[in-house]
Amino acid sequence: MKYRTLYICTALLGFGLVVSCTPIVEEMTEVEKRAADPRNKTHMVGDKASGYVYMTSQTRDMQDDDIANPAFTWIDLAEEKWSKVEGKAGKSCASCHQDVNKAMKGVANKYPQYDPESKKLIALQVKINRERTKRMGAKPWKWESDQMLGMAALVKLQSRGMPVNVKIDGPAKPFFEKGKEFYNQRRGLLDMACANCHVDNAGNMARSNVLSQGMINGFPVYRLKWQKPGSVHRRFIGCNKQVRATPYKRGSEEYTNLELFLMWRASGLNWETPAVRN
Amino acid sequence: MSLRIPSHILSALIATGFVLSMSSTAAWSADIDLAKMKVEDGLPKSLTGKPGDAKKGRSAAINRKKGNCLACHAMPVPEQADHGDIGPDLDGVASRLTAAEIRLRIVDPKAVNEDTIMPSFYRTARFHRVQKKWQGKTIISAQEVEDITAYLLTLKDKN
Repeated sequence: MKYRTLYICTALLGFGLVVSCTPIVEEMTEVEKRAADPRNKTHMVGDKASGYVYMTSQTRDMQDDDIANPAFTWIDLAEEKWSKVEGKAGKSCASCHQDVNKAMKGVANKYPQYDPESKKLIALQVKINRERTKRMGAKPWKWESDQMLGMAALVKLQSRGMPVNVKIDGPAKPFFEKGKEFYNQRRGLLDMACANCHVDNAGNMARSNVLSQGMINGFPVYRLKWQKPGSVHRRFIGCNKQVRATPYKRGSEEYTNLELFLMWRASGLNWETPAVRN
Repeated sequence: MSLRIPSHILSALIATGFVLSMSSTAAWSADIDLAKMKVEDGLPKSLTGKPGDAKKGRSAAINRKKGNCLACHAMPVPEQADHGDIGPDLDGVASRLTAAEIRLRIVDPKAVNEDTIMPSFYRTARFHRVQKKWQGKTIISAQEVEDITAYLLTLKDKN
């Protein structure tokens, strides 16, 4: 009898819990639901959420498994390039940097950064090409070439799991301010600023798409729509065209400044390259 | 969203908005001459002088290259999936707003709320870096503004 009472009590308690919990679950917003998903924990910090959080579980599966993640096709090729001698100096990346895993650890989550040599803000791609031309005597790679995407992804992969930590003070400050201004400037015939979607309406639905916070902590990303990896500057061009605005060029000062501002927005989020996005 | 606030407050806000915008030269200089149109809390007159066609308006509202209203608004359009939720539900909008108010919100919603994400569907000035192929153009035509207004005016509350 005692057991039976206990059983009924437990059942009733369970029922009560279900009844009391159900409405709460229903009232959860899309953002709260995503925050409660244990898979998303390492992709959120404070009120910041990586683009990962907005992806379907299949897309997240693809990112979480390096074998399934198609970006590794490009990264594997870059790994071969790393120790391949090219150019007049008879050097490879490895000649100076040795092991990419050790040498490039924690490098990429600090770019773009102020470069005292050119007195400009430079993206990682600029640094890679400078090393190729000046030290190796090799030809520079085009911004969106398979070689550059692969090498940028390989270098950035070495910062995976480390929090974004860019410098926005000192000589980087004026570039940061310009990036911030770009972010809040309405543009194009649709008259929208980045902030209109990614700050004011993050978490809201534009047809079947959830508007993300536009965090860039996984670039170059493998984008399903592109069927290949792409740089964050390529993504900027797409966004600008969507609001019917004239885009800037990849590697332009404007996009590099914007990249710095967006890196700052992502401060504290773990680095994810190569992320997979829709 | 602004469209959800009670109509008397809304009217007051719009009136205030107009006083402010009329007093500063750059704030509202659309192609339409507002003084001639006697704007008070909306655009009372048809932009084309012709009435809108609600049936055409419904398809222009749905068309992704025209109104593309479903990107941001839920509407009583059951044949289309995935309505956006960035702006207010447009079902019942005709019970909340007049024709003049609806027309103004399509032409230039920033006249009502300067922070809105909603594009100005019939304006050619005060844009930044418009793509060449869109320069000097409006998102939709004057007649499409009228057609969509006519369609939205059919969306009355059922109760």
